[in-house]
Amino acid sequence: MLHLTLFLFFGAICVAGAVNLLVQRHPINSALSLVAVMASLAAEYLLLGAEFVAAVQVIVYAGAIMVLFVFTIMLLNAGEEERSKGSRVAILLGIPGVAIGGVLVAWTLLRHSNTAAVPMFALPGDPRAIARLLFHDFLLPFEVTSILILIAIMGAVVLASKPEAVARGPKRED
Amino acid sequence: MSITTFAIISIIKSIAVIFVLLTAVAYSVWLERKVSARIQNRWGPTRVGPFGLLQPLADGIKFIFKEDLTQPYVYKTLYIASPIIAVVFAITAISVIPFGNSITIGSITTPLQITDLNIGLLVVLGITSMGVYGVALAGWSSNSKYSLLGGLRASAQMISYEISLGLSLIPVLILAGSFSLRDIVNSQRHLHWNFFYIPFGTIAFFIYLISAYAETNRTPFDLPEAESELVAGYHTEYSAMKFAMFFMAEYANMVTVACLSTLLFFGGWLGPVFGPPIVQSLLPVLWFCLKVFFFMFLYVWVRWTLPRFRYDQLMAFGWKVLLPMAIANLVATALVVAWRA
Repeated sequence: MLHLTLFLFFGAICVAGAVNLLVQRHPINSALSLVAVMASLAAEYLLLGAEFVAAVQVIVYAGAIMVLFVFTIMLLNAGEEERSKGSRVAILLGIPGVAIGGVLVAWTLLRHSNTAAVPMFALPGDPRAIARLLFHDFLLPFEVTSILILIAIMGAVVLASKPEAVARGPKRED
Repeated sequence: MSITTFAIISIIKSIAVIFVLLTAVAYSVWLERKVSARIQNRWGPTRVGPFGLLQPLADGIKFIFKEDLTQPYVYKTLYIASPIIAVVFAITAISVIPFGNSITIGSITTPLQITDLNIGLLVVLGITSMGVYGVALAGWSSNSKYSLLGGLRASAQMISYEISLGLSLIPVLILAGSFSLRDIVNSQRHLHWNFFYIPFGTIAFFIYLISAYAETNRTPFDLPEAESELVAGYHTEYSAMKFAMFFMAEYANMVTVACLSTLLFFGGWLGPVFGPPIVQSLLPVLWFCLKVFFFMFLYVWVRWTLPRFRYDQLMAFGWKVLLPMAIANLVATALVVAWRA
C-alpha cells in the first residue's frame, strides 16, 4: 500500500514536472522542471527495485547532464521566451496524432489486460547482476556501443573546433 | 524488529547524526580560524569562552540577528531556494556514512549508521552531484556579474573534477567488490588499508583528495569565490542566515569528503579494540573520528599553505593531468586484480 502510494506520488511529480517544463517561459525554470522529472524517475526506479539504475539516473542525468544544461543557459544568458499563438500545422496534425496515439495505447493495454505482470523485484536490479549482464552476457554490444559513443564525442570535437585559418587569428588585410 | 521500533531507532539515529554533523560543522569553522591564526602567528578567537571555544555559538547568534537583505533585482524564488538546496544536499549525504560496527543496547542491535545500502557510495556521489545546483543557481539568480561568474566557475569546475573523482574511486570498488561502504571498510581489515595498496591505492587516494578539494571549492581550487577577483563569488549577494547556509553547506561537504577518505582509503573505524563490551563498541567510533579530524585538519593546513590556481590552470590540470592519470590507474588496478585472481 505504502509502495503504491509512493509510486503514484512520484509519478504525479514526474508528470507535473513534464507539463511545467512545457508551460514555463523561462529556460532555467524549464531546465529545473526537467531535473524534477529526472529525480522522480530515479525514485520510481528505486521503488521498482532497480537501485543501481536509480543511482546512475541521479548521477548522470540529474547531476551531470542537467547541470550542463543549466550551465549553458547561464552562459548564454537566455531570456524569457515569447508566447506564440502556435502554428496551424501543429494544431491540424498534432491533436489528431495525440488522439490516435492515446487510443492505440489504451487499446493495446485493454486487449492484453490479462497478461501476467512481472512480479516486483523479480528482475535483477543490484549492481552485481547488472555488471554480469553488461560485462559477461552482453559484452560485445556493450563495447560496440561505447565505441559508438566515443566516435560521436570525437565527431562533436571535430565539428566544434574551428578551421585552422580561423584558429590562427584574423587575416591581416593590408 | 517491528516497524515501530525500526522507525523510532531511525529517527533517534537521524537526529543524533544531524546534531553531531552540525556541531562538527560549527567547530570546523572554529578549527579553521584557530589553525589559520596559528599558521600566521596570531591567536585567533580567544574572547568567547576558553580558547574561544564558544565562538561558533556567538557566530550563529550574530548570523541570526543580521539584517536579511534581498536585493530588488534578484530572481526571488531561486534566490531563496538555492541556499536551501545547497544545505539540504550537503546534510543528506551523511545518511549512508557508517561510523562504526554496531551497538547493542538491551535486546536491540543496530548498526552505527542511519541506513546501510548496497549502493551506499553511489548514493553519496549522487547526492553531492545534486549539490552543484545550490551554487550554480545562487550565482545565476543573484543577477549580479560577480555571482554569475562564480556560479559558472563552480558548475564547470565541479563537473570537470567529478569525473576524475568518480574514476579514482573505482579502484577501491574493484578491490572491495562492493558499493556498500560497510563492505568496503570490512575489506580493509588487518591494516590492508586501500591507501597502503602501493602504488594503485595510494595514487587513487591522491587523485581523490585533489578532486574532492576542487569539488568542495576549497583552496587551492576556490575559484568560484576568489575574493581578489569576484568579491565573494556566488554568495556575494547573500547575507545573514542565507549566507550562513552556504557556509554550513561547504563545511558539511568537507566533513562528508573527510568521512569518505577515511572509509575508502584509511580503513574507516578499524583500529585496535580492547576492554569491556561498551568500550569495544565505542572505540571504533573514536578511531573513525580521529581519522576524520586528521582530514579536516589537512583541509585547513592546505588552505593556508597553497596559493590559488589560475582558472585555465585549474581546467587544464583537471582534464589533461588528473583524468588520464585516473583512467590509467583504474586500468592498471583492474589488470593487476584480474591477474592475481
